[in-house]
Amino acid sequence: MRDPTTHAPLLEVRHLRVEFPTRRGTLLALDDVSFDIAPGEVLGVVGESGAGKSLTGAAIIGLLEPPGRIAGGEILLQGQRIDNLPYAQLRRIRGRQIGAIFQDPLTSLNPLYTVGRQLVETIRTHLPMNEADARLRAIRLLQETGIPAAEARIDHYPHQFSGGMRQRVVIALALAAEPRLIVADEPTTALDVSIQSQIIALLKRVCREHQAAVMLVTHDMGVIAETCDRVAVMYAGRIVEIGPVQQVIHAPSHPYTAGLMGSIPSMDEDRERLLQIEGAMPRLDRIPPGCPFHPRCPRAFDRCSRERPDLLDAGATRAACWLHALGAEAPA
Amino acid sequence: MSALVEVHDLVKVFDVSAPWLNRVVERRPREFVHAVDGVSFSIERGRTLALVGESGCGKSTVARLLVGLYAPTRGTVRFEGQDAQSKLTSSDSHQLRRRVQMIFQDPYASLNPRWKVLDIVGEPLREHGLVKGHAALRQRVAELLHSVGLSEADVGKFPHQFSGGQRQRISIARALATQPEFLVCDEPTSALDVSVQAQVLNLMKDLQRQHGLTYLFISHNLAVVRHVSDEVGVMYLGRLVELAGRHQLFAAPRHPYTRMLLDAIPDVSMSGRARTPVQGEVPNPLAPPTGCAFHPRCPNANERCGRERPALKALHGVRVACHAVEEGRL
Repeated sequence: MRDPTTHAPLLEVRHLRVEFPTRRGTLLALDDVSFDIAPGEVLGVVGESGAGKSLTGAAIIGLLEPPGRIAGGEILLQGQRIDNLPYAQLRRIRGRQIGAIFQDPLTSLNPLYTVGRQLVETIRTHLPMNEADARLRAIRLLQETGIPAAEARIDHYPHQFSGGMRQRVVIALALAAEPRLIVADEPTTALDVSIQSQIIALLKRVCREHQAAVMLVTHDMGVIAETCDRVAVMYAGRIVEIGPVQQVIHAPSHPYTAGLMGSIPSMDEDRERLLQIEGAMPRLDRIPPGCPFHPRCPRAFDRCSRERPDLLDAGATRAACWLHALGAEAPA
Repeated sequence: MSALVEVHDLVKVFDVSAPWLNRVVERRPREFVHAVDGVSFSIERGRTLALVGESGCGKSTVARLLVGLYAPTRGTVRFEGQDAQSKLTSSDSHQLRRRVQMIFQDPYASLNPRWKVLDIVGEPLREHGLVKGHAALRQRVAELLHSVGLSEADVGKFPHQFSGGQRQRISIARALATQPEFLVCDEPTSALDVSVQAQVLNLMKDLQRQHGLTYLFISHNLAVVRHVSDEVGVMYLGRLVELAGRHQLFAAPRHPYTRMLLDAIPDVSMSGRARTPVQGEVPNPLAPPTGCAFHPRCPNANERCGRERPALKALHGVRVACHAVEEGRL
């Protein structure tokens, strides 16, 4: 595991705030989200549907769907702000320095072009290469992502590939311009378990070999545990806990993380009942005041409903929970 | 204890041929998929059998065959020793249908968006004539909603007013309306978030204890299966490759495919197990491999595996379909 302090972070997200203006007022979809990723590091972003994890990825790539907009904070890639760039400039950075992998590999590829044509186009848009060199590079990328007989497969169309093979093509496409950052949004969710483990192994390997920073968005704690160095847990548009993956999973500091971990059926121990968090995540227009988790929290006390906690030091991780406030008179 | 459900040599073949004109003009042959190919198992009253496997292995088809949504091509399903197929097609099919119910995967698609909860949960009650009069219906629906953790006030709401987990509770309430003995659950939690999944799984276990329900639980998630099941059947390309008690299956998997599946799951405990990298993908079900369907991906395959299809045999206290295990090579 890498110590992120020894490297200057490649990606810095500072107090990011994303809003959706609607007829019935503005919805705050991301509120004060801050984190960074070092080169060669894999940061997992985990949470339930609607927690804002995919939105965080979309904001970084600059692909927020209107009317969603960045309303505050900043995103820095290698020290340069990318959240306020004009479209053309952002587009260059997006292809060259940020690679994106989405959940459904079929919709990420153009069904009318061969995968080779899509790869060559991407390579030539961002790297100074002629057609022949770009094609050689495309074949090398397909080989690297584990596609057998890449020389022949390069001239096939996406529908001629299976789901797992398609996701490999998407990864090759994301790596085409040697990006410094890869944003992978649920890259294995649409795949079967046996294929999923192959894709995870592939992602880990290419990230290490290319020294790319990876932001891995997923709802699967197992994938996080096997892939990531650090993990950020999101709830109702905020990061509630962030820290090294071992600590977050085995010694969570935030009651929500603890509940989430307890609700996952385990492969190693027998439990008659799963731990369950009562209720559901609030809708964006009904986020409670104070800590957004307090109505469901088994350890909430009166301060939780009044004041909103920031990320506080909680041993090896940082958690947005008043239980970790210094000198807090936390009831047991 | 007697078996409530017995399935013997169940086969379902789907005709997936191109339309007649294309076949004639393009000289294409008829094509068939053996979605379920000779599956046999039995479930004792009050127990849970889970079927696991990857997409396309035929587990959902088995579920649909059991509740009568598909007619089997061959083989029998027996419910309390009686042939369910003839029962389902006979005039008193109501009797059996009342006792067998199903919960579907997607709670967004399985509830009619234009119906209120009262109608959704009340329909089976009305259909089977189990309650008389509006007041009694409302009363019974309220009881059912209460038993799945919803409130009486919810009867007048529409499905869109509920979250995914709540909708799945409505599906469960509807399935329970006729007081069935056997519930077929096809991926009941895969569309749900983990914390909601935990709520639904706990609820299903509580209901099983209270009502003595028997479950057939279809899932691709091995951790969930390990949590809910008593027995586990592993399917690959339409066939059962291993059928074993939960503890045996997870502690000592026999079939190479079961081992591969267990190895492949990303594990929260990060116990650092040595992983054998999984090779290859599930073959095209239109052209399944000869012999054992798993042999092209199997590290223990030999010439016999490519030639001869292994039968499900009782070995080492479990039932497994593998030449290597039978010959003691594995």
